Amino acid sequence: MNDNILEMRSITKTFPGVKALQDVSIEVRRGEIHAICGENGAGKSTLMRVLSGVHPTGTYDGEIVFEGESVRFGSINDSEDKGIVIIHQELALIPFLSIAENIFLGNEQATRGLINWNHTNTEAAKLLARVGLKENPTTPVGQLGVGKQQLVEIAKALSKRVKLLILDEPTAALNDNDSAHLLDLLRQLQGQNITSILITHKLNEIAEIADSTTILRDGKTIETVDMRTEEVSVNRLIKGMVGRDLEHRFPPHTSNIGEEVLRIENWTVHHPTQAERIVVDGANVTVHAGEIVGMAGLMGAGRTELAMSVFGRSYGRHSSGQVFKRGTEIHTHSVPQAIGHGIAYATEDRKRYGLNLIEDVRRNISAAALGKVSSGGWINGNEEIKVAEEYRASLNIKTPTVMSLAGKLSGGNQQKVVLSKWIFTDPDVLILDEPTRGIDVGAKYEIYTIINRLADAGKAIIVISSELPELLGTCDRIYTLSEGRVTGVVPKAEATQERLMELMTKVKEQA
Amino acid sequence: MTGIVNLRERVTRNVRDVGSSTVIANLRELFTRNLRQSGIYIAFVLIVGLFSILSPNFLSPGNITNIILQYSYILILAIGMVIVIIAGHIDLSVGSVVALTGAVSAVVVIKGGHPWWMGALAALGVGLLVGVWQGFWVAFVGIPAFIVTLAGMLLFRGMTLKVLGNISLSPFPAEYQKVAGGFLNGFLGGNGVDVFTLVIAAIAIVGYAVNSYRSRQARLNYLQSVEAFPLFVLRVLAVAGVVMAFAYQLARSRGLPIVLILLAVLIIVYSIVTQRSVFGRHGYAIGGNLNAAQLSGVKVRRVNFLIFLNMGFLAGVAGVVYSSRSNGAQPGAGNMFELDAIAACFIGGAAVTGGVGTVVGAVVGGLIMGVMSNGMQLLGIDLSVQQMVKGTVLLIAVAFDVYNKRRAGSAR
Repeated sequence: MNDNILEMRSITKTFPGVKALQDVSIEVRRGEIHAICGENGAGKSTLMRVLSGVHPTGTYDGEIVFEGESVRFGSINDSEDKGIVIIHQELALIPFLSIAENIFLGNEQATRGLINWNHTNTEAAKLLARVGLKENPTTPVGQLGVGKQQLVEIAKALSKRVKLLILDEPTAALNDNDSAHLLDLLRQLQGQNITSILITHKLNEIAEIADSTTILRDGKTIETVDMRTEEVSVNRLIKGMVGRDLEHRFPPHTSNIGEEVLRIENWTVHHPTQAERIVVDGANVTVHAGEIVGMAGLMGAGRTELAMSVFGRSYGRHSSGQVFKRGTEIHTHSVPQAIGHGIAYATEDRKRYGLNLIEDVRRNISAAALGKVSSGGWINGNEEIKVAEEYRASLNIKTPTVMSLAGKLSGGNQQKVVLSKWIFTDPDVLILDEPTRGIDVGAKYEIYTIINRLADAGKAIIVISSELPELLGTCDRIYTLSEGRVTGVVPKAEATQERLMELMTKVKEQA
Repeated sequence: MTGIVNLRERVTRNVRDVGSSTVIANLRELFTRNLRQSGIYIAFVLIVGLFSILSPNFLSPGNITNIILQYSYILILAIGMVIVIIAGHIDLSVGSVVALTGAVSAVVVIKGGHPWWMGALAALGVGLLVGVWQGFWVAFVGIPAFIVTLAGMLLFRGMTLKVLGNISLSPFPAEYQKVAGGFLNGFLGGNGVDVFTLVIAAIAIVGYAVNSYRSRQARLNYLQSVEAFPLFVLRVLAVAGVVMAFAYQLARSRGLPIVLILLAVLIIVYSIVTQRSVFGRHGYAIGGNLNAAQLSGVKVRRVNFLIFLNMGFLAGVAGVVYSSRSNGAQPGAGNMFELDAIAACFIGGAAVTGGVGTVVGAVVGGLIMGVMSNGMQLLGIDLSVQQMVKGTVLLIAVAFDVYNKRRAGSAR
């Protein structure tokens, strides 16, 4: 007798023109942590939407068996009634409501139609204790960091007597400490007989925590590996995901480093609304032509804030510091000025800050350098298309046409559009903030190749990343930041994850 | 030369890469994207067809002329409004601005006894000042346009009352009345059919054909796909046929309305500005994703300021046309015009959240409303029913838009 809490049998789901899932089967044992991995577009999210009832019974073929009985879900409510709760990558919490209110949203603890606040708050406090979150239940959720909000979501799931918890990329936005805490929590929940399905791009997490792993590729199940009985390496998973052996996750590259291009001196930035809070504290950074410089730091270290502040004062209030380009001081008070001085900044949040999702690929690519395809304020539409086609070919952007809306592309291809946009401004310095966040292994490799190509063309490149292996694999030098200060700079030859982590967590000594 | 050959290879390779399944997706996308626009044109044709069957007078020369004269100022407002809406704003003040600019013009011409063109210039000047005022608050202080223009709606209505001293002024001299009520005709004679009107229409058609051909050639030079040549000829001939039929009806009536020329110039100029100028593109970028536009170096404040400056200017133009048509200035002039102009934009496919919309769409949206009002009036339908029908059409148009977006969004 098997003890599977969930079996999905031969699920096939077709969207007009696309077969998103083809005969996918998956078995999840009771009480295990089951990882699902695959490239973007492999069908992971669709599979979970089928399971949770977002795609109701009848819109797909196949059978779902939960706790030994065949189930038919018409909506999310149906699946939640059975104890299946899904936590999406984009958290669904309301920032102005308290933790307790969020936990019991839609499930209010009421007697005769009136909410019993004492009961609500005490129950919430109990749930918070279970997830290890030391916060007052009446605190508004908006005041919590992403990591803690994630825990509130899990507490909310627990309040619904969850049996099967599905987490979609839970650690994508978390720093290493918060990620470790979350994975710990999943193990604890496992002890309380809660089964988890974990969708993630971070293969080392899978290796660390999963009991078994199902690999999807192109809408099909490739294999399910039992992680307890055999030693499974990250490379083995990658091989399954991409269908090829990625011996090297990073393309080989030797930098040809030239003269100094950009020097940031003594750069200090204050928080935009809390004037006394110093976010970047006297940072000094230099980067040379053809060099790829990394910036490592935990959440709140001030990496993005430093970059955005230099890029046209787009963040916070700048209080001191200078920027030099090839030895002469330049002013970057506005974004057009910064672009004019050959600085480009590709944001970490491409959907919110990088792309106009309701505009087509072509117009996104030309957005930051419209002047290059126009004369006298008039755009040459044909020239614009030609440029877009060139970038589509050279960066291998997978899109039906350059007239397709940017919002319809996959994450990796959207990132290539963002890169095209900035490469088209012909910058001397490219600041890439989390250039591979949320994109799959194959596309990551392509992005690394593009970065190397840009460095070979003599561009100075700064890569901000939360993934240390990525920095170690691509950068010539790595700056570490902690609490707004540059705590060290490590050349490639001396860099190890341990050394970087040590510098990233170095706190300011109390004087 | 080799560069071009390489590009051609690359393009064809891309086409091959796409594969057969995505060709269908390609066509689908083209269709869903165009449905938003073409749906409006189809609806327009259907509505015109419906009324021409129900009312034999509907397509008569006199009535067509009438529709143009009656809705010209709403269409002028809609042109400015769609640019405001594309950038993610709204302007509730245009009705009051129409009243104020008309009032100023009336004071200059009727009370002051100055020539007609000084009144028109004064109205345009006031419109620009209004634009500067509202643009300042929206762009540089950062107050939402909804609030700024709601305040403006009250402010400029109050100013209108002040300027007019709470009474109506009329009549305008004959020259001023010609702006909205005048016709160009008779220069080339004709017997019951004004030849001049037909010649102007013919010139317009030739201009259209030449321009279409040149843009087709330019696309070919850049190795882009174009429609097959017979199809191209067919399209030009179809447009020529419609324009000629329209001009013929005008020619049988009173000739070419001056305001139609004004309108045509505005539509062409603003279509080009929105589609081809850097300024127009920046409007779309701001409405589509403000943050991304800012980080791409778009001078958001400047663009927003210019958009409201332009809206003020066009409201001034509409003020001149309306005061000319009503042959005077009234304290209550232009009431609710803003809502007609906004409705025209949304019926014409502009997105409520900004980033999407076209000048031609907004004009057709305005024409749909105008044609419906006129048609229902001809049929003697009660005003109460007319209002309800217009409200329903607006709701359905936006619902259709939202439905389309949702379907396009769930396609992947």
